[in-house]
Amino acid sequence: MIQVEHLTKRYGSHTAVEDVSFEVRKGEILGFLGPNGAGKTTTMRILSGFFPATEGRAVVAGFDVFKQPLEVKRRVGYLPENPPLYGEMSVNAYLRFVANIKGVDRAQVGSRLEEVKIRCGLGEEGPRLIKQLSKGYRQRVGLAQALIHDPEILILDEPTIGLDPRQIIEVRELIKSLAGNHTVILSTHILPEVSMTCQRVIIINNGKIVAVDTPENLTGQLAGGETIELEIGGSVDNIVALLEEIPDVKSVSVGEPRKDHSPVLVETEGAKTVRHLIAQKVIGSGLELYQLRTRSISLEEVFVQLTTEEEAKEEAVEGKVE
Amino acid sequence: MRNFLAMMNKELHNLFVSPIAYVLVGVFFALTGYFFYMILVNVIEFTMQQVFQAQQFGTSTPPFDASAAVMRGFFSVLSTLLLFLVPVMTMGVLAEEKKRGTIELLLTSPLTHLQLILGKFAALVVLLLVMLVPTMFNSLLLYFLSEPAPPLATMMVGYLGAFLLGGALLATGLFVSSLTENQIVAAVITFGVFIVLWVIDATAGTGTTLTSETIRYLSILNHYDDFTKGVLDSQHLVFYLSFIFLGLFLTSVSLDSSNWRQ
Repeated sequence: MIQVEHLTKRYGSHTAVEDVSFEVRKGEILGFLGPNGAGKTTTMRILSGFFPATEGRAVVAGFDVFKQPLEVKRRVGYLPENPPLYGEMSVNAYLRFVANIKGVDRAQVGSRLEEVKIRCGLGEEGPRLIKQLSKGYRQRVGLAQALIHDPEILILDEPTIGLDPRQIIEVRELIKSLAGNHTVILSTHILPEVSMTCQRVIIINNGKIVAVDTPENLTGQLAGGETIELEIGGSVDNIVALLEEIPDVKSVSVGEPRKDHSPVLVETEGAKTVRHLIAQKVIGSGLELYQLRTRSISLEEVFVQLTTEEEAKEEAVEGKVE
Repeated sequence: MRNFLAMMNKELHNLFVSPIAYVLVGVFFALTGYFFYMILVNVIEFTMQQVFQAQQFGTSTPPFDASAAVMRGFFSVLSTLLLFLVPVMTMGVLAEEKKRGTIELLLTSPLTHLQLILGKFAALVVLLLVMLVPTMFNSLLLYFLSEPAPPLATMMVGYLGAFLLGGALLATGLFVSSLTENQIVAAVITFGVFIVLWVIDATAGTGTTLTSETIRYLSILNHYDDFTKGVLDSQHLVFYLSFIFLGLFLTSVSLDSSNWRQ
């Protein structure tokens, strides 16, 4: 549905996006993840036809964004970071205007209007002026605006920003309900959002793609092993030596003892789990096992790891040049 | 066509929902009314004096077309008012879209730049007509009450001139508004440009060199004079139409350039 090849955008000497390539399949929800200023908005603006890229190619819904922008714009719904609203217009007047300039069939403007209002929870707000709406409702009007022409592709720049927790959940549900019929690209710097709504994630940092995968794979891949937390009662003096006998155990550390038990942290490597072996070892040596659980690595950690790794690499390269 | 109409309607909605349009139109009516009255009084006093002098010295009154003098004075007031008010009409038209980020909606919609710019320009022209047409009341008063009545065609040519001048100023203002996202900056620059176009012929002097003639040609009010006299000259028509075209074309170029979209 969307093919991006070697996209680069420069503003003068500053490079906002550098050699970005990716693909989005039909009906998929793709998350763009990155810190502020990583190039998410720039990439989305290029795809929506707001401005051209300096280099590279982007094909959206079968049309080249730079050669046939009008065809692309007809098929894309775009919600910029700040919803593009006219405060002194009523919700109805605004959505009608957008429907007209997006080329919604004249006879269908009314029904589309009602549909997106219901879909975005704006059923009662039609006659109200946009400037009188709360931030959350404005965001909904922004979403309604992006949906009004029932586009094949939705590009949503930080769709949940500035919303309260309940509204965030509603918007996420709305986005999920769009998958299948619509192809969605959404950007965010909130990690749980990605694991909750997206089927695939692109992590972008300093204008470059750092990783592309499913949220599950990303967390799994990077971990490459497990971190296991134990709570053991009894004398833990030789526990380290005992557990290190198990193959694949990388390190064992004992924490400050609390009352009658001590926390022990075991890190393993390799794909196979050795939790059962650890349990057998502990019980077999006459110790009491109170707790054994794996600590799963969160997307946050993956993200920090990936973005800092990148910087470290860069520094190394720069060092060589000098 | 539909995009153009949607754009124009939205723009009119924005213009007339804000107080700016009403203040503009109100101030314009008040000032045109006041100046029309002042000009009328002055011309009548002047004519009376002439008649009085003629009677005293037993000479005949020099030929003087009082109603034409009033109309000329009035049209020159119209042009001055337009120079002052057009910057306020155009300042927000594109600058505000950029500031609010709504330009992102417009530029990511299947609209051509031509539809966008013409829609906005048409809305401004409608506002201009809302300002100009009611002032015809003053002129019609003169037409029905003065003896001899000024020819209607002369008055219409004068209005055509004011309309074309207004259009040229609006196109210039629209272009300036596309360059910034600050309304005040847009208004000040537009006004500055107008003043330059207004007084530029003073720098040209009376020389007949190509440069000074070119500069005189650029003076936006020079072309207006003939209209106020009721003379319809295609040369001036072409000047204003090409001025409008240039303004709209530059606006389009400005929208195309991606430099400001950062």
